[in-house]
Amino acid sequence: MELNDVWFVLIAFLWVGYFFLEGFDFGVGVLTKLLARDRTERRVLINTIGPVWDGNEVWLVTAAGATFAAFPEWYATLFSGFYLPLLVILLCLIGRGVAFEYRHKRPEDRWQSNWEHVIFWTSLVPSLLWGVIFGNMVRGVKIDAEMEYVGSLGDLLNPYSLLGGLATLTLFTFHGAVFTALKTVGDIRVRARKQALTLGLVAAVLVTGFLVWTQADNGDGTSLVALIVAVAALTGAIVANQMGREGWSFGLSGVAIAAAVAMLFLTLFPNVMPSSLNEEWNLTVANASSTPYTLKIMTWCAGIAAPLVMLYQGWTYWVFRKRIGTKHIADAH
Amino acid sequence: MELALAPETLARWQFGITTVYHFLFVPLTISLAALTAGLQTAWVRTEKQKYLRATKFWGKLFLINIAMGVVTGLVQEFQFGMNWSDYSRFVGDVFGAPLAFEALIAFFFESTFIGLWIFGWDKLPKKIHLACIWMVSIGTILSAYFILAANSWMQHPVGYEIDKATGRAELTDFWAVITQNTTLVQVFHTLSAAFLTGGAFMIGIAAFHLARKKHIPVMKTSLRLGLVTVVIAGLLTAISGDRLGKVMFDQQPMKMAAAEALWDGEAPAPFSLFAYGDVEKGHNTVALEIPGLLSFLAEDDFTSYVPGINDTNKAEQQKYGPGDYRPNIPVTYWSFRWMIGFGMASFAIGLAGLWLTRKKFMLPEHLRVGEDELPQLVPFRKALRPRFIRWYWLIATLTLAFPLIANSWGWLFTEMGRQPWAVYGVLRTSDAVSPGVSQGEVITSMILFTALYAVLAWVEVRLLVKTVKAGPPELTDADLNPPTKIGGGRDADQPMAFSY
Repeated sequence: MELNDVWFVLIAFLWVGYFFLEGFDFGVGVLTKLLARDRTERRVLINTIGPVWDGNEVWLVTAAGATFAAFPEWYATLFSGFYLPLLVILLCLIGRGVAFEYRHKRPEDRWQSNWEHVIFWTSLVPSLLWGVIFGNMVRGVKIDAEMEYVGSLGDLLNPYSLLGGLATLTLFTFHGAVFTALKTVGDIRVRARKQALTLGLVAAVLVTGFLVWTQADNGDGTSLVALIVAVAALTGAIVANQMGREGWSFGLSGVAIAAAVAMLFLTLFPNVMPSSLNEEWNLTVANASSTPYTLKIMTWCAGIAAPLVMLYQGWTYWVFRKRIGTKHIADAH
Repeated sequence: MELALAPETLARWQFGITTVYHFLFVPLTISLAALTAGLQTAWVRTEKQKYLRATKFWGKLFLINIAMGVVTGLVQEFQFGMNWSDYSRFVGDVFGAPLAFEALIAFFFESTFIGLWIFGWDKLPKKIHLACIWMVSIGTILSAYFILAANSWMQHPVGYEIDKATGRAELTDFWAVITQNTTLVQVFHTLSAAFLTGGAFMIGIAAFHLARKKHIPVMKTSLRLGLVTVVIAGLLTAISGDRLGKVMFDQQPMKMAAAEALWDGEAPAPFSLFAYGDVEKGHNTVALEIPGLLSFLAEDDFTSYVPGINDTNKAEQQKYGPGDYRPNIPVTYWSFRWMIGFGMASFAIGLAGLWLTRKKFMLPEHLRVGEDELPQLVPFRKALRPRFIRWYWLIATLTLAFPLIANSWGWLFTEMGRQPWAVYGVLRTSDAVSPGVSQGEVITSMILFTALYAVLAWVEVRLLVKTVKAGPPELTDADLNPPTKIGGGRDADQPMAFSY
């Protein structure tokens, strides 16, 4: 295995980590409108992700930074080509981070409800757009011989990628509902479980549809395996949720996300961004990558840092392992 | 009009706006993390309540700033690919590595431990909780280091070669990139300036409360901490600034000639205090100068030769082909002066403040005051009326803005002074922009970012003012009885000591 193949796998892994982790905190953000009945309940939801959402978001920063370093051409084509959707995601992530940190810092009703609207929309929109972006990346877009994206915004909004967007949105929201059921006590936990069923069924239909479409277009044997794992895990998550096995359900919804993202990367390889104009113009792990020297240094860095990151982030989840409910919320804010 | 809206111009404006905005929060974040950690250490060691109240107060202001710093930093990272894709293609092999290192080593660290610190008050024993804020502080400093290594490479590219076949810059020596003198001196200078910023921020806010005779024990401690920080950081900023100047004279002669509006090389060269000139004709019409000082700044020698703008431009034309290699001279000249001026002003105020509030043992017995009383501001005490004391507090309050202004001008200087190069001597800024991104897209993003930044600035300032006015919080039983085991040993049905 060449180092650029290793880095393709590592970048896939970073995206898996990002969607697994931020997937549930996006989902919880969306549930602040779907599930919570009043401000105290919204605060319970926000507090379930409070200690971890910032660390989750860094997976995105790292995925982007690693792509820049390991595959500069991929980074350049992807970020300049998907300019407007990424702009919207950025604006959302700005608003979202500030909303979490500022919402509770003033007691006025209007201040808090404004930030709560921000949290809902800035969780929903990126959940949708990441699917659209990944859908397009896998399907192939108009890339010319200079590796430049020459399509328009309209080209990005096609049925396949829009289905991808709905698939990620519902999958993340389901993942968030399962996480809520796992992390809360009392009435919210019961309702989260109920909503998880509905969300899970909708997600199962959309995700299966999107993955089968992907398989039909670009799939092979290994991607089929990933597809089956994703669908089976999603089904298992719904069943475990119905049985009240919340830990299992959350683990399985995470596996479903991981397998679905892995499937997309499997159908891509050895391309990183196929061109819909001419196969000769595909960006591949070979022509888009950095030099072996850079990749070697990065491999050392990732080899040492990544296990440590997982260790201390894992510890965070253990420190905050207790469930919370409305009775844990002080009146002060 | 067409030229004014060229994608390059727009992309540069957007980068400038984002960078300057981002850098209002970064230095405060770096310094307040460390200062808060210092205060919390004092609490853990002495158990004096004023330290815990100070920790909570400055910690809250730190969190307000880091939230903005993080989200605007994300824009910086995406922007290279979005607006400067040809830059990214050309230098990704070299420039991407420190960026990826920053994310893997520093940013994960900082973001994970900040969550633990915010929510860990009633979940972690106090020494582990203290360790978390130190981890955050180390994370912010490492983060600055890697980002400045990347920026320094743009100022002075080393450890790379241009590949003949692909035309790209390719990394040959990563160690050189992260340890070259440009990087080390830049890190030293930027971190010192960050502490100058945080110290002045503390002075300003503490003075605001002390002038109103409120929260005296906490604010007196904070004032002294701020003053000491400003004086030490101010000295280090000046020393590192001098070193950085010498590195620049060596590596970017055009930038320093422009910073001095020195049109023609001279030996000895004077330091310009005020100049007004004609850029087209290449000379100054008015100039107020200190003889020989520039030679000293450049070479540690009052008589050495310093090349001017006109000679350097000719030399660069011979080296890189025809073209104009001069940056915007008035901007470079004045940003350099504003940076130094505002930085030195905060240092001077810090020094004066340290003298005026000096410790008991330096004062005669009858002038000493206790913990709960205002500092005496000695020289003003009998000789002058109380209104002069109010003036002192007012000036001290305003100090909080000075280093922020100095930082912004400093970045404008260092980035504008490098033009027309994105990577000095290697890649022109005009060759760095995204060719596929339309004018409309850049305009849209610039308007949206700027509008969002404006709204957030308004929100942030109001929140800061409100938080500052509220003062340090009263302590609760939970604050004074931290858990003794990880995960929180207290009754699980208690409300959380901290929640969003």
